Amino acid sequence: MAEAGRVKVAILGSGNIGTDLLMKLLRSEALEVAVVAGIDPSSDGLARARGLGVATTAEGLAGLIASPVWPEVRVVFDATSARAHLAHAAALAAWPHVRVVDLTPAAVGPYAVPVANLGGLEGAKNVNLVTCGGQATIPIVWAVSQVAEVYWAEIVASISSRSAGPGTRANIDEFTQTTARGLEVVGGARRGKAIIVLNPAEPPLVMRDTVYTLSALADAAAVEASIRRVVAEVASYVPGYRLAQPPVFEVFDEAPLTIPGYGAFRGLKTSVFLEVEGAGDYLPRYAGNLDIMTSAAVRVGEEVARWC
Amino acid sequence: MVLINDVTLRDGMHALGHQYTVEQMVAIARKLDEAQIDLIEVSHGDGLNGNSFNYGFSRHTELEYLQAVRAELRHARLAALLLPGIGTIEELRWAREAGVETIRIATHCTEADISRQHIEAARGMGMDVVGFLMMAHMIPTRELVAQARLMESYGAHCVYVTDSAGALLMDEARERVSALREALSCEVGFHNHNNLGLGVANTVIAVEAGAHRVDASLAGMGAGAGNCALEVLVAVLHRMGAPIRAALYPLLDAADHLVRPIQRRPVQVDGNALMLGYAGVYSSFLLHTERAAAAHGVDPRDILVELGRRRMVGGQEDMIVDVALTLKASLEG
Repeated sequence: MAEAGRVKVAILGSGNIGTDLLMKLLRSEALEVAVVAGIDPSSDGLARARGLGVATTAEGLAGLIASPVWPEVRVVFDATSARAHLAHAAALAAWPHVRVVDLTPAAVGPYAVPVANLGGLEGAKNVNLVTCGGQATIPIVWAVSQVAEVYWAEIVASISSRSAGPGTRANIDEFTQTTARGLEVVGGARRGKAIIVLNPAEPPLVMRDTVYTLSALADAAAVEASIRRVVAEVASYVPGYRLAQPPVFEVFDEAPLTIPGYGAFRGLKTSVFLEVEGAGDYLPRYAGNLDIMTSAAVRVGEEVARWC
Repeated sequence: MVLINDVTLRDGMHALGHQYTVEQMVAIARKLDEAQIDLIEVSHGDGLNGNSFNYGFSRHTELEYLQAVRAELRHARLAALLLPGIGTIEELRWAREAGVETIRIATHCTEADISRQHIEAARGMGMDVVGFLMMAHMIPTRELVAQARLMESYGAHCVYVTDSAGALLMDEARERVSALREALSCEVGFHNHNNLGLGVANTVIAVEAGAHRVDASLAGMGAGAGNCALEVLVAVLHRMGAPIRAALYPLLDAADHLVRPIQRRPVQVDGNALMLGYAGVYSSFLLHTERAAAAHGVDPRDILVELGRRRMVGGQEDMIVDVALTLKASLEG
């Protein structure tokens, strides 16, 4: 299936994320999956890749580097774990022709959020996708930042218990801290805060994200227009991404809002209610949190491939 | 000895929209300490680092509250609450430095495994560690036991049956506390809300069933219809001859003269508070729901019933406005 012009890529990790990513990459017009590397020869992900005619190895990164197509691979997607990625990133540094899109929370490289900052990352060797909550909410904060200075950005990500894997569960602080940093570094907020809630309801609830910003006083209509533009852009690569409600505005004008330990602010509070439904490729539709990561990875990978 | 953990200065934060002054906290803490209450919890209502649009901003920083209360305590241990997903180990560290000796790590009753890193970290800091299984009415007792065992295995010294919605019936409360007592070798605790008028009754049942620690607050100062009323609980336990340290009179003084006068909205089993227990909804949703109902012109009871139907859990305050907007749209539809 090699076609001229498609950049060859590899996927490290044959779990849920790696396999969902594979299915999305098969639809990419810019990228071609040359090989999937796992560490469990009996994994469903590797079996599925073989069934789709994609080369596989169960020897992890070493197997990937030993594979005959390795010299042609230009982009590696890492869908393993933060700890594994630290080792992978160090090893891959020895291959100057390879760029890395990191889906783990390791954050070795700069954060990459489509819509907000891909243009500014050109040439980066390793880019990181922040967190699922970050991919869903940072574009909204960025949208507000385009209109007015954001003093405070806060997000609440509610995900179904079933879609929170053991890695997330063992280190939930990593989610809150990394997402908060992303709201600041990429979203443009002076201060970011992230909250995550797991909900065990059955049938599982679709991922919900709520974004609150407190910005300098601005025209609410301009803020709303910026938000709606960004939602449409995100929806172009995550079709199930949408506003659950129209944005809600509240003005703190005469009486300022006091945030203890931070300051008193006059300005505009904007509340944005999002719903993220997955495409249902490999992961179920309620797992919008996983889908937005793999969808963003494809979008970022296509951009990274253009730098090659 | 049954330990009494006061939550006036933590759960009570909900009832005040997190607006205690430091002076009010200090005065209340002094009386609680005088009454020989064993543990006094001080935190944002939603636990350390709870300051947010979603849950409300407190008047002062948590560090200011903790340090001020710490300086007053001669007898009681200072406790704090932490919800993984809201607070992190970073807050745990500075709370420890501020003199917090007991940390209570709270998760939804099915999600105990997200508490592991915090329980282990707190044990590593030499703290007394409590696991707090919230919304315990939502799952059958045997599932609650399995989650409690996880918290015990991470190192919790005590695991709580936490009736965050005040929805447990009397037999259900007894069954859960008894089952944890039987299954765990660590201590067992009980926390509840008075939404169905069972605040004191179910807490007494928990003591009868062998709970080592129970929560209560002065005049019931807490989310929803409030918690088990501390002064009432102590009076009943005295009459029962239960082994507690607490003295009654300082608690009566504090409830009547320090707490009731500062309540903005009476903490009582009124219609909306009752609906929390009836619909099985997280108690701290009450004030947020009343605000959203007023802002968007819908019936607060409809919001609460819909939140219960959607099976929202603690921390999902953002969905209150979402539900209000959805109800409003359907009314206008």
